[in-house]
Amino acid sequence: MLIGLLTIGLIANTGCKKNDSKLLQTPITFVAPSNFPTPIYQFTDNAVSQAGFDLGHRLFYENALSIDNSTNCGSCHQQFAAFANLDHKVSHGVNNCFGTRNAPTLFNLVWQPNFMWDGGVHHIELSALNALTNPCEMANSLDNIVKTLNKKTPYPTLFKNAFGSTEINSQRIFKALTQFTGMMVSANSAYDKYIRKEKGGEFTNDELAGYNLFKQKCNSCHTEPLFTDNTFRSNGLDLIPKDAGRETITLAVADFGTFRVPSLRNIALSSPYMHNGQFATLVDVLKHYNSGVQNHANLDAKLKENGVLGIPLSVIEQQQIISFLNTLTDNEFIHDPKFAELPQL
Amino acid sequence: MKPISIFKSLAFAALVCTILSCKKNNNEFTGSGKVNLEFDNMVGNQKLELDTGAYTNANGDDFKITTFKYRICNLTFNKADGSKTLIPESYLLIDAADEQTTLQTLDNVPAGDYVSMDFVIGVDSLRNFAGAQIGALDPAKGMYWSWNTGYIFVMLEGSSSKSTAKDNMLMFHVGGAKAPNNTVRKITLPLPAGGLRVRSNAKPEIHLKVDAAAMFKGTSIINFATLNGFHGGVNAPIIANNYAMGMFSVDHIHN
Repeated sequence: MLIGLLTIGLIANTGCKKNDSKLLQTPITFVAPSNFPTPIYQFTDNAVSQAGFDLGHRLFYENALSIDNSTNCGSCHQQFAAFANLDHKVSHGVNNCFGTRNAPTLFNLVWQPNFMWDGGVHHIELSALNALTNPCEMANSLDNIVKTLNKKTPYPTLFKNAFGSTEINSQRIFKALTQFTGMMVSANSAYDKYIRKEKGGEFTNDELAGYNLFKQKCNSCHTEPLFTDNTFRSNGLDLIPKDAGRETITLAVADFGTFRVPSLRNIALSSPYMHNGQFATLVDVLKHYNSGVQNHANLDAKLKENGVLGIPLSVIEQQQIISFLNTLTDNEFIHDPKFAELPQL
Repeated sequence: MKPISIFKSLAFAALVCTILSCKKNNNEFTGSGKVNLEFDNMVGNQKLELDTGAYTNANGDDFKITTFKYRICNLTFNKADGSKTLIPESYLLIDAADEQTTLQTLDNVPAGDYVSMDFVIGVDSLRNFAGAQIGALDPAKGMYWSWNTGYIFVMLEGSSSKSTAKDNMLMFHVGGAKAPNNTVRKITLPLPAGGLRVRSNAKPEIHLKVDAAAMFKGTSIINFATLNGFHGGVNAPIIANNYAMGMFSVDHIHN
């Protein structure tokens, strides 16, 4: 049923000399789901090959990217949690250092115009840089990572397979990681099958009622089919936010305390919730929207319509919405061996 | 026979002269050559001495400099007829602490006579918002913000007894390519009389003076008690406007 194929796969280094690595540079075709819009990132100058994807996969789970060989991307982006960090309100980096924000899910990143809770990173290829270098995450430097990988077998060969020569530099690391993370597409939830009228897309009465409520009450920010409109908003977690959020990036007072509207895909798997991980369950989240919204200066207009704070929802309505949110779980994605954790080399 | 021979020689010489002068008149040099750029880092008229040099800004505030780095890009050489030659991929990063970076070479500059040069102080908007880069734009080389992606265009760190910041620090990190705090500045520098003569068999050298003190005067005189540092933002354009006025000048050229 996946029609409207978007083919972006090409041999990565057409200029490279004839060698065995050509065989490994089998192009991988990126397929946009038929119910999704055109991706923002088109893998321009970074055509996905099997070797490039495999290298990105290997790097994603490589402890040697952290300063003390203890942590990899998968430490805080776990596949079973839709690449968020289950049970962690904020990220737990090297040296027992805790970050300030909840690790976001990773999927459908090629549709995302910017990255991080505050949108400070504007390009998918650079989205790993913060985690690699932040003293509270992997605490490394790009120079040191390049040096480490140069000395670690079989990385020079893997880079040759992917890019045509054994040279390792930050650009190649970022491009390989992007070939891996950019291919993480989650679009096979029960909801997607319902929309595409595929087998497995049958909704129960509760799910259907929840979907109808969702379309009335939630869809303006968590817009289908990505379940985010990629804006930055305040949902009234605090009267005075402790984290300036988007304002840190734009320096606009109107952005104080606003954060990215996260996608709700796989939301049942990616607890805890919000930029600071303050809610452990979806029941808590729905309760917040019903009765916990704080009227801070930049509270989103949608959450104070007609002088009413939040989104009034009966307990039954809250449960129906949660039933619908559960249909956004994509079991194929979270069990896809292409993205699975790899043992350390 | 002799007169004829002389006549022939003269005719040949005249022909050669005609060809040469014709070439010269139309600036039709063929091929391309290298151009060296030497960056002499200064504070006013004094040579910049990192850590030890004691300086005074236009406001009369004392200061020292521990770090002075800057990026320039899109170098363009202009002929008297107004034609412009952009040097592709000309992205340079100069660090006063790394002597190697103060001498840069541009390859494949089309041969010709040039009267002025343009460049951008910083990184053009397109590259500032592009994906992973290499060379001078490799984030591994620093001068880069990872939390608010983009290049730092000019970095000056040091101290001043007038600074109210912790440890009397000065920390100016100028960058940002988005309105309203866009700090991308394009400047044009006239070249001294005689201009720049690029030939396939020569390596002319342009000596640029780079005056760090120009960051603190020009359009706004900076008082270190009230402005002693930032990471981009609303104050960054104030410094960018200053350094666009007079930080760079061409001192002389060895053709």
